[in-house]
Amino acid sequence: MPQVVTDTVFVPRRRLRWIDWVTTTDHKRIGIMYLVLTFVFFILGGVEALLMRVQLSVPSNTLLSGEHYNELLTMHGTTMVFLFVVPVMAGFGNYFVPLMIGARDMAFPRLNALSFWLLLFGGVVFYATLFWQPPEAGWWSYPPLSSIQFSPSGGQDAWIFLIHLTGISSLLGAINFYATIANMRAPGMSWGRLPLFVWAILVYAILLIIALPVVAAAVTMLLADRHFGTHFFDPVAHGSPVLWQHLFWFFGHPEVYIMVLPGFGIISEVIPVFSRKPIFGYKAVAASTAVIAFLATLVWAHHMFASPVPIVVLGFFMLSSFLIGIPTGVKIFNWIATLWRGSILPTTALYFCVGMIAIFTVGGITGIFLAVFPVDWQLNDTYFVVAHFHYTIFGGAIFPVFAGIYYWFPKMSGRFLNERLGKISFWLVFIGFNATFLVQHALGLSGMPRRIYTYEPNLGWSTYNLISTIGAFMLGVGVLVTIVNVARSLKVGAIAGPDPWKGNTLEWFTTSPPPPNNFDVIPRVRSLEPMRDIRRQIERQTGATQKTGGGERFLRA
Amino acid sequence: MGCTLLLAPVASANFIGPKAGGSPNANQISSLYHIILYIAAFVFVVVEGTLLYSVVKFRAKRVRHAAQIHGNTRLEVGWTVAAALILVAITVVTFVKLPSIITPPNSSAAISYQSASVNEPTPPNGKQLTICVTGRQFIWMYSYGAACDKHRWDAKLPYSYQQMVVPVHTTVVLVIQSIDVIHSWWVPALGGKVDAVPGYTTYTWFKALHTGLFHGQCAQLCGRQHAFMTAQVKVVAPGQYAAWLKQQGVAINAANDQVGTLRQMLTREGQL
Ligand SMILES: [Cu+2]
Repeated sequence: MPQVVTDTVFVPRRRLRWIDWVTTTDHKRIGIMYLVLTFVFFILGGVEALLMRVQLSVPSNTLLSGEHYNELLTMHGTTMVFLFVVPVMAGFGNYFVPLMIGARDMAFPRLNALSFWLLLFGGVVFYATLFWQPPEAGWWSYPPLSSIQFSPSGGQDAWIFLIHLTGISSLLGAINFYATIANMRAPGMSWGRLPLFVWAILVYAILLIIALPVVAAAVTMLLADRHFGTHFFDPVAHGSPVLWQHLFWFFGHPEVYIMVLPGFGIISEVIPVFSRKPIFGYKAVAASTAVIAFLATLVWAHHMFASPVPIVVLGFFMLSSFLIGIPTGVKIFNWIATLWRGSILPTTALYFCVGMIAIFTVGGITGIFLAVFPVDWQLNDTYFVVAHFHYTIFGGAIFPVFAGIYYWFPKMSGRFLNERLGKISFWLVFIGFNATFLVQHALGLSGMPRRIYTYEPNLGWSTYNLISTIGAFMLGVGVLVTIVNVARSLKVGAIAGPDPWKGNTLEWFTTSPPPPNNFDVIPRVRSLEPMRDIRRQIERQTGATQKTGGGERFLRA
Repeated sequence: MGCTLLLAPVASANFIGPKAGGSPNANQISSLYHIILYIAAFVFVVVEGTLLYSVVKFRAKRVRHAAQIHGNTRLEVGWTVAAALILVAITVVTFVKLPSIITPPNSSAAISYQSASVNEPTPPNGKQLTICVTGRQFIWMYSYGAACDKHRWDAKLPYSYQQMVVPVHTTVVLVIQSIDVIHSWWVPALGGKVDAVPGYTTYTWFKALHTGLFHGQCAQLCGRQHAFMTAQVKVVAPGQYAAWLKQQGVAINAANDQVGTLRQMLTREGQL
């Protein structure tokens, strides 16, 4: 019988040497490498953010020059989007998609390794610019500012190559996910029994396949403009800077959903487990994922409401942006309905899920303000927008990443994370986040544009900025607590056993950590919650009720 | 007294709504914003309240057995329709308010400026003051008068940098261009922002409701000194405006003459 609580962690026969990691094609090791690497980038991007916050903490600060500030804002945005949030989801996807669908690996294991190494090279090319001249045109790199005339340094070219390398990495990964999910599901796992996280990764993959070729084309055109004498975006030769905006945001807005949909998937897995309830409206949650993805390709120009675009077009993009609010709202309602009348186990993972719903709701509501284009004329390119997209991305993607870490760490390592440190980390992150970004709405409303490296003391922005900086450091400490927790628990964490949370999905069917082949036998799937069925069957056959899966015993301590 | 001093730095800060009060379009945007804010506040309280209630109320300590509900079609259709209806309401309000935000009203002051271009937004009676705004790293330049649309670089037109001077109660139409990278014209109390994109001409308008100084700054990252690309709009009485314009013209001509003399001199000496 699979449901046995073990007392020792599965130990491979010999210690893994570095060569085993470099040459591996095991989806689990690649997944772990993805998670570790993206967290390194997360820390780098976080340090960049803190430097910017220190610069802005007091008016007329001279700590950083305009040049260095622009480099930092470009590095921060690019790092967080291309080197952290998108690939961290690929990390979770790599580790858990094959396990959740009852497969023994990804469809193309070697391609999978290539995806990881391309990501690493992309990051190295980009961060190498620290030693000479980092890019400074922002993560959108709007021409003409990013043209050879206004950004002559090679840093801008390094940015272009980062987009290409991480783009190819994500594209190969996306094809791999699609092929795996379409072909390698356990017997009986029909589309209607696919776990919601796997649905999210499937749609993430499709969106990447739609969006990435467009940005690849755009940055190639920019490269040609910079070095090969073309004039796609050069207004002097009748090129159009607005063309870049259309191409970039046609990629850029789906990118937002590429970042948050897997987060939604994690939330949709964790909440039912810790509410001891099935997900409310499985079909609606799965369908809304697909609807969001479709609409995500039709809303890009809401980033361009102040650009030279006709009013009719603005109206269209306002309405399409409104439409995307409906399936997003449906998801939030379904998550709350899943908690409703549940029997809620207040684990750290669940805290991060609830925190996600609370914060993402605010981001969704401010998104409605920004979708109304006349209102956006006041709010666009201000700190209101900075606050909005941190509420959506930090709330919608990074909170779920933390939920995923606390939920799946026992599976990946065989040990629990410390719950007390987890709760401390949650409260520091939650309060720090709101202190940082809530006041930024007020800054935007008070007329502070984004991306300015300093401001005069008489504009009424000083107090809010100081609060924001203090909050940012609190947030940083909260993240550090979880990192310390992970490092510590690898050695001293309590033993978890194969199914500590009484999970619903197949990753809990195997040992923690899983053996290289994942499963010796693959069970037939009869419902959305195969592990629940298996537990019930064991109870029926043995007559013993399983009171705990190990996790609850630990939670009481 | 001490309290007033303490609060002085935040006196010009806004917490719940955008800046307004300088021009009818800014006021209309602000009122549209506030309508959405009331709806948003309602949604916020309902969603966050339900969330908080359910995580407090349905803890495992209190509720031993979770209700095994898989869904409820009527409920799900209900909240989808409710969300849609809220958005329809906001759409209707927006399009009702839109004309007052994009169409300039007639000037209240007795002026006789005429429009010069078919592309510009124009008040019903066609009387407006046209100012051409040119963005460049890292300063705004303004040239005054209807002719600026076609002859922006004509040295005969009065111009100024960074500080724009306009008469009160007058409909001012701005014709916005950039000569290098993308900038964004924005003076919050006088209305929304509009990008200055090289190769394009964009327009906006305002009608100052009272005299005074209005602060604004470039809102689109335009390079290293982006933070210092500020704009000031000084609203004065029409008489003062006419006087300022005349004096500015004289000063510009004098400076031009000086440059002309210098050039002739240098040419004579063979240095040019
Ligand atoms: Cu500028």
